[in-house]
Amino acid sequence: MMNKLLDVENVSISFIQYTAGLNQRDLKVITDLTLDVSEAEILAVLGSSGSGKSLLAHAIFGILPENANLSGTIKYGGKVLSQKDKEEIRGKDIALIPQSVNFLDPLMKISDQAIGYTENDNEKKEKKIKQRKIFEQYNLGPEVDDMYPFQLSGGMARRVLVSTALLSKPKLVVADEPTPGLDQKTVKETLNHFKKMKEDGVGVLLITHDIHAALEIADRIGIFYAGYVIEIAENKDFSGDGENLLHPYTKALYNALPANGFKLTKGHQPLHGEIPKGCPYYDRCEIRLDKCSEERPQLINLGNKKVRCFKYEDGV
Amino acid sequence: MELIGKNISFKYSSSKGYLLKDINVKFSNDKIFGLVGDSGSGKSTLCKILSAYIRNYEGNVTLDDNNLPKKDFCPVQLIYQHPEKVMNPKWKMIKILSESWNVDEDLLSEFGIQNSWMKRFPQELSGGELQRFSVLRALNPMTKFLIADEMTTMLDAITQVQILESVLKIVKDRKMGFLLVSHDMDLVSTICDDIIYLKDINNV
Repeated sequence: MMNKLLDVENVSISFIQYTAGLNQRDLKVITDLTLDVSEAEILAVLGSSGSGKSLLAHAIFGILPENANLSGTIKYGGKVLSQKDKEEIRGKDIALIPQSVNFLDPLMKISDQAIGYTENDNEKKEKKIKQRKIFEQYNLGPEVDDMYPFQLSGGMARRVLVSTALLSKPKLVVADEPTPGLDQKTVKETLNHFKKMKEDGVGVLLITHDIHAALEIADRIGIFYAGYVIEIAENKDFSGDGENLLHPYTKALYNALPANGFKLTKGHQPLHGEIPKGCPYYDRCEIRLDKCSEERPQLINLGNKKVRCFKYEDGV
Repeated sequence: MELIGKNISFKYSSSKGYLLKDINVKFSNDKIFGLVGDSGSGKSTLCKILSAYIRNYEGNVTLDDNNLPKKDFCPVQLIYQHPEKVMNPKWKMIKILSESWNVDEDLLSEFGIQNSWMKRFPQELSGGELQRFSVLRALNPMTKFLIADEMTTMLDAITQVQILESVLKIVKDRKMGFLLVSHDMDLVSTICDDIIYLKDINNV
């Protein structure tokens, strides 16, 4: 067993929102998120777009907006991270690959952004050599250094973001939706970058809505539903008729894929702020019990896997 | 019913070469068609030409031997990948929906649209929920042909099945034509009778 890098335990994130006049309400977007990433492991968090899963990345790096409330613990290397710790290690031990080049400064040349802040000319020269070397590994020629973000194609932009994140030799990389809007070839190339990081012993947390991408590279997959992690399954469980998957939602999701039967399941995810009292999947569940409408199931630990469902209280 | 594109060529004024060159396509309402191509190959541009959003192209698009109307309702309707981009953010959903037509209750429940969503603004609903509205708007009774350009790409697999099943049911009931544009080969081969590869018909 490799060393654990990141431990996210019972994290919840809510926002103060004005409803009418000066009335406020506390809107929970993430209610209970628990997961962990080890060295040389790729863990994917799979959730539908707009479900708030990007906030997880922002919480790890301490870049949530000011009106957000964060509770629960985020540990790195066994140590609970405070906001100050996060500011200290981000960009060094942990690095973020943002969603798009929109996160770059549009008026700054690519190499200057990749290098970042430097104290003096010597340091700048040193970093520049390092940057050139890593850009070369990712097939980015010297001409890219002097380009501005708008001049990059989708695939190049992705390579710039990946190589910039790797510049500081991080131990953990968090990638936020790295695949949408890219064609098949570029998606494949991007996913190969993550495979390579894994080979180099880097832990990768992949936040995505693309189940194909997740299945292609992840070792384990966490399923995010209505603000909860409802299951953490191993990649190999997503096979056959999905009989090794535990949670009914994960099974339904797997069987809805065009290649696995395109099976229809009714209902929709509850909206933020409308999550029922009991299990968030209660109204769509085929195997629900009486208590499911009243009581919220906890995440049950089953060795390498986890599931949030009363059915598995006594094991699988 | 036939939607025909004859010798369609298109280039952006800023670029030298043609993006689409001498494309001939013919769609009917007795099959479900799929269009596949790499990103940047001009799929979306072709969709916009076929649905009369782009007009400065060379060639000719006809629906049952008639040119597409320059004003009024276009019988060829296009559904985009991002529903939030086709809705007025300052309108509530009920106004956004009735901008096109008065949808009856049966259809609303068929698409799983809850009454409470009607009083919300677009930013208060998720992508999957908004896409249901965007599809219903395009299903105006005057629509003869529906083009879905990566309609379900941003959605999870379950929502994708829900929306496509409902749309296909109506398309078949009303004998409409349907073209699904997607990069997901599994999806296209699951629901389409006839698959067209853009690179095979594009003569650039």
